[in-house]
Amino acid sequence: MTDARARILERIRAGLGDPARSALPRPQRASAPMARPVDDLLADFQARAESLQSTVAVVSNLAAVPFAVADYLGSLGEAGRNLDQQVVIWPELAALDWMGAAVPAEVRTTRPGDRVGITGAFCAIAETGTLLLHSGADTPSTTSLLPETHICVLPVQRVLERMEQAFDAVLEARGTLPRALNFISGPSRTADIEQTIVIGAHGPRRVHIVLVGAAR
Amino acid sequence: MDASAHQFKRNVHAQLGNEALQANLRRFGGGFADRRRDAVGRVNDFEVLRDRAAEIRAEVLQNLDHWLLAFEAEAQRRGTHVHWAETGAEANQILLDIARAAGVQRVIKSKSMVSEESGLNVVLGAAGIEVTETDLGEYILQLADEPPSHIIAPAIHKSRDEVSALFAQHHGTPRTRDIPALCEEARQHLRPRFLQADMGVSGGNFLIAQTGSVAIVTNEGNGRMVTTLPRVHVAITGVEKVLPTLDDLAAILRVLPRSATGQDITNYVSLLTGVRDSDASDGPQENHVILVDNGRARLLGGPLHDALRCIRCGACMNHCPVYQNIGGHAYGWVYPGPIGAILTPAFLGLDKALDLPQASTLCAACEVVCPVRIPLPELMRTLREQEMEQGLRPWHERLSIRLWRWLALHPRLYGFASRWGVRALRALAGRDGLLHRLPGLDGWTEGRDMPAPQGQTFRDQWAARQAQQAQTNALLVARRQAAQAGHRHD
Repeated sequence: MTDARARILERIRAGLGDPARSALPRPQRASAPMARPVDDLLADFQARAESLQSTVAVVSNLAAVPFAVADYLGSLGEAGRNLDQQVVIWPELAALDWMGAAVPAEVRTTRPGDRVGITGAFCAIAETGTLLLHSGADTPSTTSLLPETHICVLPVQRVLERMEQAFDAVLEARGTLPRALNFISGPSRTADIEQTIVIGAHGPRRVHIVLVGAAR
Repeated sequence: MDASAHQFKRNVHAQLGNEALQANLRRFGGGFADRRRDAVGRVNDFEVLRDRAAEIRAEVLQNLDHWLLAFEAEAQRRGTHVHWAETGAEANQILLDIARAAGVQRVIKSKSMVSEESGLNVVLGAAGIEVTETDLGEYILQLADEPPSHIIAPAIHKSRDEVSALFAQHHGTPRTRDIPALCEEARQHLRPRFLQADMGVSGGNFLIAQTGSVAIVTNEGNGRMVTTLPRVHVAITGVEKVLPTLDDLAAILRVLPRSATGQDITNYVSLLTGVRDSDASDGPQENHVILVDNGRARLLGGPLHDALRCIRCGACMNHCPVYQNIGGHAYGWVYPGPIGAILTPAFLGLDKALDLPQASTLCAACEVVCPVRIPLPELMRTLREQEMEQGLRPWHERLSIRLWRWLALHPRLYGFASRWGVRALRALAGRDGLLHRLPGLDGWTEGRDMPAPQGQTFRDQWAARQAQQAQTNALLVARRQAAQAGHRHD
């Protein structure tokens, strides 16, 4: 199919005319205008995340996270009960006192029967109320995808203004893009039947964000 | 996909007579326009965002070969196999070869309009590979064995009762009118398929040259499943979908969901680059991108060049009075609405879709909402001109336009003809001032009445107004002269 490649490129060049484009630099555009300005990073992030049907809890430090999670699961009724061996967490959260909060959390790969997945996040975006998670050995994508409840532990320092800053931060931290960057904005949804919005299509039905370190 | 765009009029008759479809169009059609309006209302200045998006897309097309090669080099560096296909059939063959080499038996798909162009599912099915569409709308249509009627809401023409009947037939479940229950049923039914599939096939909303990534924009989460769970992932997309940088993607994402579903952002934006890291527990081990031409490259530099800016949001069809009345299937190929009226003849050939560029009142609602400022009415007009130039319109249409041209070049005669024509129409009309039939234009009056012209012709009104203006001017001049004369005497 190398011939197809040559013929497609030839057709493109025939249409565009000749200029030597091979040394074209990356376009240097002024930074793009934001759709909605951000006045207060945390307040705007929270309000916009909630408008996407995420729920948000605020705790002052990491040690409080398991208890906030237990409270949240307790508030869910049936979906938050009898979760033995069905709560999977990322390794970075293993040191927290889950036992003390009576949350049966396990560090391992996600199994199809898991009902709650607890992850961290690389960062979050206030402009749209979005979480950014990336793939990796210690940050498996399936934890935020397969369970019906996704809980995300997010330190307030990780809330950025806009998506461009998130890209810059990833490239700065890792030098290159990981296999998958997943921008997550609320629970999965569909409107494919009669334009009626239904929450919980193929992905999680609930996204709960625990903001850590907010002094409010 | 088999095209029926050549018999557009017959399609339209069928769809206008389809009462269930008409009821569904009335009930669900307006939602998108309202949601877009609300989303745009929450933005500071949407026009500035559109300018940026249009600029990015226009700039890419101007140097498309460069950005494609940059994407290819970067994707290959990350271990992605990049394939090029001149036609849909070639794309199918490439995908089939990949599937066979990897011993694939079960494929799960998220939405891909390019795979609709190529008829991929039929080809995979014929090769004994099980294909499951996982976007809810596409899954419904796979059960119904129908093509999509909208590019972002493929099953918008189906009611809950029709969906329920399909599910009852295929899943053996009881009928229900409860929409969340229907969605839940699809979720339960499709989950095992996600977990068992060997290969995921997705579209690609965008390709990022800077990083060699494929960007996928979805709401249901099926796009994430398709690109995370199976051991092979193949993205199939058009050659025009490349963007230079990640920042360009961020800018485009500010207009795409707002224009499409009226969301500030879709639930998921996934950026996929290369294969699974050796120490990771999820992600495909083998990754391919198929870049499909299928009629796109030859549009560059030509009169339809700007149509390639399209980012497939569907706003043009959501705001099109023609689409809202006939639905997507009438257009007879993959892309309906105003953008389809341009892309179908552009990709398949003008003679295969003669009536599509005519299927518009040129009201320009599509142009007003297009997030990348494609001049859709202008492009439809261009296609109409080409049809006339190539002698593709019916003889009576060409003859009447020639007659009109001759008349228009003879102003006195034109004035005479229009004055008497108006009187004739008025005489033909009944007491209600409506013409129920127009000789020679039966098709037009079949579904509506023509109001008889009222009052004077434009030319008569113009002449009268000019005369009045001249009189007023003369009066003003006379007054000014009188005033100046008085001034001098002081």
